[in-house]
This record gives sequence, structure tokens and C-alpha cells, in this order.
Amino acid sequence: MVSSLLSGLLGVWVAGVSTIDAFEFEDEAERLRYSALIAEFRCPKCLNTNLSGSDAPVARDLRRTVYRLVDEGMTDDQVRRYLQARYGDFVLYDPPVRANTWILWFGPPLLLLVGILVLRRIGSRMTRVSLSDEERAQLEAIRKQ
Amino acid sequence: MKRAVFFAPLIGFVALVAILYAGFHLNDPSRLPSALVGQRFPGFQLPELTSGKVLGHQTLLGEIRLVNVWATWCPTCLHEHTTLMNIRRATGLSIVGINYRDDGEKARRWLSLYGDPYDFTIVDASGDLGVDLGVYGAPETFIVDADGIIRFRHVGDVNDRNWNREFLPILDSLTDG
Repeated sequence: MVSSLLSGLLGVWVAGVSTIDAFEFEDEAERLRYSALIAEFRCPKCLNTNLSGSDAPVARDLRRTVYRLVDEGMTDDQVRRYLQARYGDFVLYDPPVRANTWILWFGPPLLLLVGILVLRRIGSRMTRVSLSDEERAQLEAIRKQ
Repeated sequence: MKRAVFFAPLIGFVALVAILYAGFHLNDPSRLPSALVGQRFPGFQLPELTSGKVLGHQTLLGEIRLVNVWATWCPTCLHEHTTLMNIRRATGLSIVGINYRDDGEKARRWLSLYGDPYDFTIVDASGDLGVDLGVYGAPETFIVDADGIIRFRHVGDVNDRNWNREFLPILDSLTDG
């Protein structure tokens, strides 16, 4: 059980590092930019992996493309726009605010707001409980028992 | 009034479940919306599969065409092949193949074995044209109009059902206009 779990984890680890491509960079800054970019884009084929973590052929093609674009001197934003123009918003893990992503961006804060309002209502109702003198006397009597 | 407040969490919960449940059926998460519909077909300079002649994107102009991305390593492409042969026979529509990340020898053998529905086949061995087309698998099929504008993109195999339901209306609207 433990060993199968370990080998499974090892498999994940191997998959994580097996996607290093042999690219040569002009300097360290360029290499860092490339690594950051391929970690940022989502692999179109595998849904929940980024480009750097995927061994799908299309991910390999896209890594090569990102490398070429970085090498050609494109800025990060230009690279993002280049891939977005071809693969759509899907490749960006960070979707732009649009009519159809509105609920995605503003739904959670809205729910939080509703939750706070509900809590405040409940809170205000609790403090409003007040006892008459008679009730207070009864309470004291119970406490003394 | 009190009763309504009492049931509010339940109603909210049911509404949330309904929204999430609808989300499952909204669309297949593996089908991505195309960013390329309405855009010009990307430029390329690539060899033809049988003649080896280098073709540019202007070879696509002048006629409404289906552009079909296929490969011999793709089992669905074989399944789709019969449908493409039938479409070609029945409609005479121009079909152009893009042999995507494949071995040229295997691809030629495939076409002589199963028949060749394509006017010509562009060899994209590196997958670079595929990247420009936003291809993330095979088969994929595009409708490209006579001006070289992409009008429709379909991911997955072309079959009788989606041909009648999705392709034909767009082809009809293109020939009417």
C-alpha cells in the first residue's frame, strides 16, 4: 500500500521533470521568462495541467512556440496575446473579465456579502432579547440552585 | 414571512445545485471555443504530401473548402475517413488535408489504402501550422470560405449527425450569400 503510494508519487515527480526540453537561451533572464511563461499557460489537451507539466505533443509544440517567441524578443504580454489569439481564453488560467465570466469573478464576493448580511441579521436579533424584572429574578433563582 | 426565511437556505441550496448540475451539461469541457472563427487562415509555406511541392496559404483561396486535420496515429481519423470520402463523393466539395505531426510514408500508404478524399494534403510535420490554427488534437475540421476566412471549426470526427446539424447550415449560408 505504502510502496504503491510512493511509486505513484514518484511517477508524478518523474512526469513533472520529464518535460525539460533542450533549449538554449541567450541569458538567464530569458530562461527565467520562458519557465515562468510555460508554467502560466494551460495545456489545451489535458485540461488541468500547465504547459510545463504536460507531455502531450501539443504542449511540446506550444513550449517550442513560446521559446521561439521569447527568443524573437516578444514581451510576456505579446506572448500571452499570441497564444490567446490561437487557443482562446482557455490557455490563460487567469480569465479576463467579460459578460460570460462575470459570475466567476463577482459570484464569490457576492456570496460573501450575502453571508455577512445574514450573520448581521441573526446577530442583531440575538442582542434584542431582553428580560423583564420578573424573568431576571427567575433566572437568578435557577442559577442559585 | 418567517416561513420564507426558514426555507431560504434550502431554496438557495437547491438553486446552487441546479446551476452546478446545468454546468455539467453546458458543454463538453474538452471542446474549446475557437478563437479563430472569423479570422484569416494563417499563412504557411509547407510541402504537399504526394508531390512534395511547397504550397502557401493562397492555394486555399477561390473556393469554399473543408480543411481537415488528420494523422495516421489518430484512430478517430480512420473512423472519420469514410465520412469524408462520402462527403467528397456526394457533394463534390473541396476538402484539403493537413497531415499533422505524422510520418509522410505512413500517410501516403494510408491514402492509397483507404482512398484519398483530399484535393491536396499539406504536411505539417512539426505541428507549427497546428499551433497557428489552435489545433490541440486530431481530427479537427475547418470551413474556410473563398476569401480564406475561417467560418467554422469542429473538434472531433465529422459524422452524419454533426455534418447535417452543424456543417450544412454554414455551408448553405456561405453559398447563398
